[in-house]
Amino acid sequence: MPSAGELPVVDTIRCDACPVLCYIKRGNAGACDRYANHEGQLVRVDPHIVLDRAKTQGTPLVPFLDREREWDGNLVKDSETFITAIGAGTTYPDYKPAPFIVSSEVEGVDMVTVVTEGIFSYCGVKLKIDTDRHLGPECNLVRAQGEPVGHVTTGEYGSQMLSLGGVRHLTGGTKSEGRVTCETLLNLSNRKEVELTIDEGATVVVAAGKPPVVNNQREERMRVGCGSATIGMFAKQWFGKVDDVIVVDDHITGVLSEHQAGKLLGVRDTGIRINGRRSTAGRYFQVAQPGSGWGGTNISDPLTILKPFKPGIAWPRLRLLMVSTTGEQYAYFELDDNLRPVEKELPSQLTESVQRIRENCEPALTTVLFMGGAGGSLRSGVTENPVKLTRSVRDNFTRVTCGGAPVYIWPGGGITFMVDVSCMPENAFGYVPTPALVAPIEFTLKKEDYAALGGHMDYVRTLSSLMEEKNRQRQVSSLPQNPWPLQPAAPRSSQE
Amino acid sequence: MRQPPIIRMLPDQRRLHLHDGPIDLIVEAFGSRAEIRTAYEAAARRFLTILDELCAELPLLRSPAGTNGVTPRGVVARRMADAVGPFAAQHFITPMAAVAGAVAEEILGAMTTAANLSRAYVNNGGDIALHLAAGESFQIGMIERPDRPSLFGSIKLHASQPTRGIATSGWRGRSFSLGIADAVTVLAERAAMADAAATIIANEVDLPNHPAIVRVPAREIAPDNDLGERLVTRAVGELTPGEIVQALHSGVVVARQLLSRGLIYAVAFRLQGQSRVEPQALRMMTLIHHPDAESVGSVLHV
Repeated sequence: MPSAGELPVVDTIRCDACPVLCYIKRGNAGACDRYANHEGQLVRVDPHIVLDRAKTQGTPLVPFLDREREWDGNLVKDSETFITAIGAGTTYPDYKPAPFIVSSEVEGVDMVTVVTEGIFSYCGVKLKIDTDRHLGPECNLVRAQGEPVGHVTTGEYGSQMLSLGGVRHLTGGTKSEGRVTCETLLNLSNRKEVELTIDEGATVVVAAGKPPVVNNQREERMRVGCGSATIGMFAKQWFGKVDDVIVVDDHITGVLSEHQAGKLLGVRDTGIRINGRRSTAGRYFQVAQPGSGWGGTNISDPLTILKPFKPGIAWPRLRLLMVSTTGEQYAYFELDDNLRPVEKELPSQLTESVQRIRENCEPALTTVLFMGGAGGSLRSGVTENPVKLTRSVRDNFTRVTCGGAPVYIWPGGGITFMVDVSCMPENAFGYVPTPALVAPIEFTLKKEDYAALGGHMDYVRTLSSLMEEKNRQRQVSSLPQNPWPLQPAAPRSSQE
Repeated sequence: MRQPPIIRMLPDQRRLHLHDGPIDLIVEAFGSRAEIRTAYEAAARRFLTILDELCAELPLLRSPAGTNGVTPRGVVARRMADAVGPFAAQHFITPMAAVAGAVAEEILGAMTTAANLSRAYVNNGGDIALHLAAGESFQIGMIERPDRPSLFGSIKLHASQPTRGIATSGWRGRSFSLGIADAVTVLAERAAMADAAATIIANEVDLPNHPAIVRVPAREIAPDNDLGERLVTRAVGELTPGEIVQALHSGVVVARQLLSRGLIYAVAFRLQGQSRVEPQALRMMTLIHHPDAESVGSVLHV
């Protein structure tokens, strides 16, 4: 056992992927054979992932772990096999050609896919958390393990957006902030669970494609709409069965008798008065404080938002339904002789409408979009004239995919893309201790276009030659909802 | 950063895959559906902490067995130390030589304690712990390099035989070897013992100072390896048939000692296309001869 004092020597890094904490010398792998020291960077050397279209239809994404035994010996069909960049490695510094530049013939067209893993210092994730509960004030810091990793951004329809990562958290703060940010982004991108706390707000446990857990409460469903929208949707079903309905919502609480939908049906004035700021007829803002009670407010007793009914307009035995935007909370009242609401059991004729609100709520999920900038030096691995690649992507000659999944390219300069991590093979992301994330990225274009933009033509290999190294590959099925990355239809040719 | 263990079913929905750091297990249990489920749950539960337990005493497990009089605390670590103990007087060996087999044994034990199974195996990268209820048997295949899965031999194991552990060692494998065998496969009562014995025997299959053999101090490749400055085999050039026989003979000498001490039950050797089995009269190991056979990487269940 070498003493700690002699280590680490130059060129040796210590891997922290597991508690063995191997010292790994340059060019070697650790005890697991999965993490290696590449030019002083810790990289993952998982077998290369090959998307196999032949196995697609209806089959869920299944990594073939026993790679050497699962290989069925079938001949490679160019059009049905796509090499992803997952596990491809990188050729940092990027002036060297990308690790794999693969040619394949698809429906008579020669295509080239440049396959590389990018090291992204400029990257982050956008989280959409389906909840009406108040997660925290806008702009407040989002923390993981106590370190700031992002902030609360806009409230959107039925959901709260968080923006995590970005170069400032990765490299601009303390060492620990960078490390925790990197770990948080990595776990979220690999669809793992992460706990986040928001300053002056909630603690959430989130994972891509799973229901969010807000302050230990699992969010089951998204609301059907805002309070006002709910009135609009269900007004007809309530008409005649109840005299007034309040749909409690932290953003826009709706009141049936005042709302345009009620007016059109001829619902009579009820003399109802509620807290909050009236926006337009039957629509109220700020009826209470935000919280985790009814409809994202802090109330547990709905009567607290009511002011006394107007005498002369309201009448004894007036029937009032109060319900939240998810139908999870509801209460039914009738006015007594002093026009005070008294809670009664929900009449059976109203049960159905409350149930229908619930049925119309979609399952609440957290969704994770990875966002990264591929407009930097990794372009040199593709072409000797990097801006040509940017233009080619912008002009739709080159299709960009991330582990075979479609990406959205932001308009404007650079190649800044977003990808839904649930469309990618699992564990597609890695990291380097810089800290930065390692994400797969593939550029697919016609061979003639690749030559025209100054591609590394000398390094183009055929798909079938690459498939001979099948012991280093892992085959996975492509997800049925993803467009096939090699479909030649989308990338137009400049020659056309 | 610490990556969490992976616990999941393989796509065949039969086998369980457990992975954590350098540990990678393929597990299969046979029995009623409910018992299999119970067994897999027990395996997964046990697996969660096993790597952390080992890493807590890693420096001790990496030092030569029997030199410092300290007994490891962990149950798996103790099993490793016990397995290498019988070799410590005559050979350089550290408890790490038995880590794969000991882990396989521990997970198998968790399953058979929790559930009533007819058969089960835990395959830790070729080091395998087996369970066989009365009357049951396993057919085991010995394969060429894992990337070229072609059988060079097979083993039929019955419950009436005492073998419950199989392990393979060789310079092509994931762990370093001091010898030149492509593979040495050992049958023993327990997987940890098979693992330690395969390491010892494979180290002895050697041609000292042969110019066609490339050796490098272990530390130059893996700075924290338990072999330290010892020379490990990195490449073996083509050997003459006479040299192959000579190298195998050195291994056979040690193998016979271990057989006579009752530590192991059988050994299969593989070196540059030549195979050999000890004891020679053994019926349960069958060799298949391939003219172009290359080398053996590991053992798998078929």
